Amino acid sequence: MAIDQHEIEKIAQLARIRIADDQIGEVTARIAEILGMVDRLQAVDTAAVEPMANPLDDTQRLRPDAVTEENRREDFQAIAPAVEDGLYLVPRVID
Amino acid sequence: MHDYSVAELAQGLREGRFSSVEVTRAHLQRIAALDERFNSFISVDESAALAEAEQADARRAAGEASALTGVPIAHKDIFCTRGLRTSCGSKMLDNFVPPYDATVVSRLREAGAVTLGKTNMDEFAMGSSNETSYYGAVRNPWDTDAVPGGSSGGSAAAVAARLAPAATGTDTGGSIRQPAACCGITGIKPTYGRVSRLGMVAFASSLDQGGPMARSAEDCALLLNAMAGHDPLDSTSSTRDTQDYTAQLERDLSGLRIGLPTQYFGEGLSAATAACVQDALRELQARGATLVDVSLPHSELTVPTYYIIAPAEASTNLSRYDGVRYGHRCEDPQDLLDLYTRTREEGFGDEVKRRILVGTYALSAGYYDAYYKKAQQVRRLIRQDFLDCFEQVDIIAGPTTPGPAFALGAKSDDPVSMYLEDVYTLAVNLAGLPAMSVPAGLVEGMPVGLQLIGQHFDEARLLNVAHQFQQATDWHLRAPGGID
Repeated sequence: MAIDQHEIEKIAQLARIRIADDQIGEVTARIAEILGMVDRLQAVDTAAVEPMANPLDDTQRLRPDAVTEENRREDFQAIAPAVEDGLYLVPRVID
Repeated sequence: MHDYSVAELAQGLREGRFSSVEVTRAHLQRIAALDERFNSFISVDESAALAEAEQADARRAAGEASALTGVPIAHKDIFCTRGLRTSCGSKMLDNFVPPYDATVVSRLREAGAVTLGKTNMDEFAMGSSNETSYYGAVRNPWDTDAVPGGSSGGSAAAVAARLAPAATGTDTGGSIRQPAACCGITGIKPTYGRVSRLGMVAFASSLDQGGPMARSAEDCALLLNAMAGHDPLDSTSSTRDTQDYTAQLERDLSGLRIGLPTQYFGEGLSAATAACVQDALRELQARGATLVDVSLPHSELTVPTYYIIAPAEASTNLSRYDGVRYGHRCEDPQDLLDLYTRTREEGFGDEVKRRILVGTYALSAGYYDAYYKKAQQVRRLIRQDFLDCFEQVDIIAGPTTPGPAFALGAKSDDPVSMYLEDVYTLAVNLAGLPAMSVPAGLVEGMPVGLQLIGQHFDEARLLNVAHQFQQATDWHLRAPGGID
């Protein structure tokens, strides 16, 4: 499947990564090469094959819904770029 | 002192021939004197390491020593260390000081190991050459113009240069085995779920697995004893009992059936590397093993399958880096979208961005079935190939890499050519199997590795075969020149 610059811009927006205008051509070319390489899979007949998400076919365990951790809010907020009154700061979302 | 193995250090400490402070100081001095050449460490906290060593000596004096008490080791900078910066080789985490220890780190601490520092790596473990690190490339101690392999290249180089007797690594597609092969050391990737992933910065969650890197199979077994085991805080951690991985080391190899996949000895493998691997196999044969030709018919699909699954999982895992809770944040964001997109533009390097974009594409509406689901289906076929082989043989053997370490810069502009470096290692992660790399010879002065692949949870057998090989050969004892 060929991919064009417009699609890369859309994917970059979904991935929340800004790509500078002067780099978009190069990024598109590299990703097109990678997608060209993985395209070989399209020829494999997998109609009867169940997708495998875990190499041991395990599913995630559930644990009792009980509090097991201590509250370390201050430790976690100490490493945040911007906090105030115990809250994480981001640019204004609602005017 | 830097030539001692983990086993020798543990014994010397037990017998009181030297203290942990002496051993730790000797290694710190080597790092300070030599690592400028290799760039294998990102962070070293000398005073913290010496304080840990003093505590280890005090515990021993109080009669409370355990297996590794006082032995200094290095951690790949992907493992969270409380109070010590954990960068994952990325600008995104350049300022990240974790508030907790990874389970691997806390288990090794409980076993008594002293942390020398944090080793360099490809950014977010994405690479096979260590050239994608924000902190600069690592250089191979055997030839500083060559790459050390990746992504655990700093760990491999540090162990090869005798800056640390052992180090932790992680392996998502070969990142323990390939650098171990390139640097002439021994490394094991355990079965998926054998070693906890808690506090190990996530790349591809269904493939990632931590393991030890050292100079011998015996040392890897000693470290794995401390690292392996169930962790209730990792929901994919196995609840199976662990073994004493040193218990079977001396078992003889008579009756061992070794499968040689025809696909691992064909086009693409350098002739000189093939010759080393063949010599190694003859050695195992001489010790009683039988060699059996086997086939892994879906081998040619492993690179494309891996390069859908790993980027898809990475794009999900790396969505957490948003400039809000920790890590890099761009200056003066105009709005929330600007905060996200510029933080991620600035914080991630080119290869990480490429993989996030490929993964986002593979998971996006309209393409999910054609890419991600398709890759998960082929992944099952790849695992089935191995399960079929293990009906006939006990372990599988072949080369770890197509050739010895390549020159710095040789592949850094060509992602697809770099991806093919891991052609023999990727399938193991897709199948969740344990595998190791063992030094098996030198090609024009550069080390090459023998890869041994085992059945699920059969790490003890792999370590046994590797140890027996190392009783008969001395490749694992060879050291690069100019490091004394």
